[in-house]
Amino acid sequence: MDTLRISDYRKRLEERALHPLLHTSKGYYLLVGFLLLVIGWGAFAYSNQLRQGLIVTGMRDRISWGLYITMFVFFIGISHAGTLISAILRVTKAGWRTPITRMAEFITVVALMVGGLMPMIDLGRPDRIQNLVLFGRWQSPLLWDVFAITTYLTGSIIYLYLPLIPDFALCRDRIAGKVSPLKRMFYRVLSLGWRDTPAQKKYLAIAMGMMAILIIPVAVSVHTVVSWIFAMTLREPWNNPMFGAYFVAGAIFSGMATLILLMAILRKVYHLHDYIKDQHFLNLGYMLAGFTLIMGYFNASEYITSGYKMAGEAPFHFNQMFNGPLAPMYWFYAIGGLVVPGLIMLIPITRTVTGVLVAAVLVNIAMFLERYFIVVGGLRVPLMAYPPSSYAPSWVEWSVMAGAFAGFSLIITVFVKVFPLLAVWEVAEHYEEERIKVPRKETEPEPALEPVPAARREVSRPRALRPEFGHNPGGDHGGAA
Amino acid sequence: MDERNKVDRGKPRDRDNVRQRDALSRRQFLKVAGAGAVGIAVAGSGLAVVTAAARAADKPGPTGGDHLHPADATTSTRLRRWAMVIDLRSCDGCQSQGTPPQCTTACIQGHFAPEPIEWIQIYEHELPGGGTQFIPTPCQQCQNPPCVNVCPVGATWSTPEGVVLIDADRCIGCRMCMAACPYDRRFFTWTDPPKPPEAAFAQYHPERNFPLRKGVTSKCVFCPDLARAGRLPYCAQGCPNQAIYYGDLEEDLATNGKDVVALSKFLSENQTYRLKEDLGTKPRVFYIPGHGQAVGRDPFKHGRKPTEWPWMKNLEGAKTWTRSG
Repeated sequence: MDTLRISDYRKRLEERALHPLLHTSKGYYLLVGFLLLVIGWGAFAYSNQLRQGLIVTGMRDRISWGLYITMFVFFIGISHAGTLISAILRVTKAGWRTPITRMAEFITVVALMVGGLMPMIDLGRPDRIQNLVLFGRWQSPLLWDVFAITTYLTGSIIYLYLPLIPDFALCRDRIAGKVSPLKRMFYRVLSLGWRDTPAQKKYLAIAMGMMAILIIPVAVSVHTVVSWIFAMTLREPWNNPMFGAYFVAGAIFSGMATLILLMAILRKVYHLHDYIKDQHFLNLGYMLAGFTLIMGYFNASEYITSGYKMAGEAPFHFNQMFNGPLAPMYWFYAIGGLVVPGLIMLIPITRTVTGVLVAAVLVNIAMFLERYFIVVGGLRVPLMAYPPSSYAPSWVEWSVMAGAFAGFSLIITVFVKVFPLLAVWEVAEHYEEERIKVPRKETEPEPALEPVPAARREVSRPRALRPEFGHNPGGDHGGAA
Repeated sequence: MDERNKVDRGKPRDRDNVRQRDALSRRQFLKVAGAGAVGIAVAGSGLAVVTAAARAADKPGPTGGDHLHPADATTSTRLRRWAMVIDLRSCDGCQSQGTPPQCTTACIQGHFAPEPIEWIQIYEHELPGGGTQFIPTPCQQCQNPPCVNVCPVGATWSTPEGVVLIDADRCIGCRMCMAACPYDRRFFTWTDPPKPPEAAFAQYHPERNFPLRKGVTSKCVFCPDLARAGRLPYCAQGCPNQAIYYGDLEEDLATNGKDVVALSKFLSENQTYRLKEDLGTKPRVFYIPGHGQAVGRDPFKHGRKPTEWPWMKNLEGAKTWTRSG
């Protein structure tokens, strides 16, 4: 295997990470054009809804929330990909995280922006949205969401931005001459005069450490209060004290699946194979498999405790989920979303990058369906003596949904061109650390290690002391989480 | 302002201009229109028009605010606690009349409620031994109202009289209250509601709940303005069997238009119950168990005539929807 001197490694890393910022292919513009087209179509559909009211949707009095609220829950869910995963891995000092944290944080910020928009699109009177500020009642779960999501978005932007500062400085120093003056100014301003001094590094480390710890409870609270929109009502499947924890678990679950997909796409498009290794996919795949068990545990707890008693409308709810109109979605979720991804990671033959990708796609679809049958299923249980209602999204809702997914993709696509995809300095630092403090193997000769002052780490070491990450899956360091 | 008419809200607003039930005075109309015109000229934005018009409409009108209607004046020291008792023994879903339920029809006529809005709706509920009973269901006027608890903007609130009202000028249409209501008693205006010409100049008031607005919720408001003027709610007026009693827990009296009863005694002696009492919502609508036996209904005679919206027939091509989708 090739081991690089640190300076060479760093040079190659910078080149690779900054490449997308400088080179844009025709395909990129085609993609942006296509996404804009889809967003435009969604906007057209929404303008229809603005003119005629929500009558253009499939929602009616009895099932009064539908695809929009499903998307809201789904997007807020995948926002947990980022910050939570990257923060937990940072706090637990899992070194392998460094090449994927930036992408995870992208997802968080973008998903929150798109997800936060969904309840506004769902409003009957979007022209009165200022009432939330003018007359907001803190007793309403909806207002908790407003607070939680804005706090989380602010925190996530800070958390995305902090590790970007040295990378902005890198852009300022390396590619300033090759980009437009506007972009140059953008990098200059946002790098906040970063000069890589020890003092700056110290303060950045403190700030990032604090944010990593602070953002975890915020992230947990966000999805908890999202679930409370439902759990604060008196409806059969929603009136459930477990809902908060269940939603948080589901959020992390779908977030990881989305992260895996984004990693796979960006790795392929921007040739990041040297940094995002197969082991990263496998590690996330193991986490995904772990979460299938947690989700299954939550489901079992819910179904057994309420199915044992069969109180109130529980029989109706079970029937609509297991054999009724929601059954196809439910069984796709249970089998495709929980059992199959777990098996994929369990069986050695399928435990590959392709296998993980298949699992991630399945989990994403399953979690979307799960959000759908939670929202629609909860409203479908009749409250009085009337026949159960039906709901099917209208073309307007489908179009807005397509627009939302296109918007999500577009913002990520633009981010890729403005921000370095990899946290260059963190990846480099991790590489250096790995090469300095290394677990020795019995067979390896004792390396001549001298303590190296931090400021002099740029000096290259004579030879590799440890194989690169990913080529040593059985090793005792940096393995699965 | 009279204490009784004060509403429990963040901002004091004049809400006792309620008896001008169907009329808009010329001066008020000009005022609103004038404010609107000024708003357009100055701000050029729809938002300014809305706020300016709302502000103008909030001001006490020439007949509002400081002086009381005679009907109010006689009871001005009393804080009413409105309640309703529905005697299911006398409700046959208007099967014997051969008409759609008259309570619903009267409510629809009185409030110009468009199709499919039935603020009081008759559910046909199965009895344990087969057969059915009819349960007229208005808004239950909970004293621990889940809908009020979850409203993010205070657009729905409990008055000191115990009535849950909606401010259609403030509601943002999030439908959180519809998810929260365990009685399915909230209705959404999915598009511009049809409006008959005779209601063209009707002035909106939360206690009257008309004219409806697009994109907001609505529901039964218990007609406290009618009660204060000494009249029964439309549903009680419309019931041919006098099954609906309406009264005041404070004064301990209720009437169905024929008999006057001592409310507390009436409630206790007739084994009244409230819908989904175990939820702890504390409704102000009580039911006397029955299946129309007092008016000779056979519980095994199923069905009733479907509700009609008589005034809707005058409007060609008005946009309507269904409740269940």
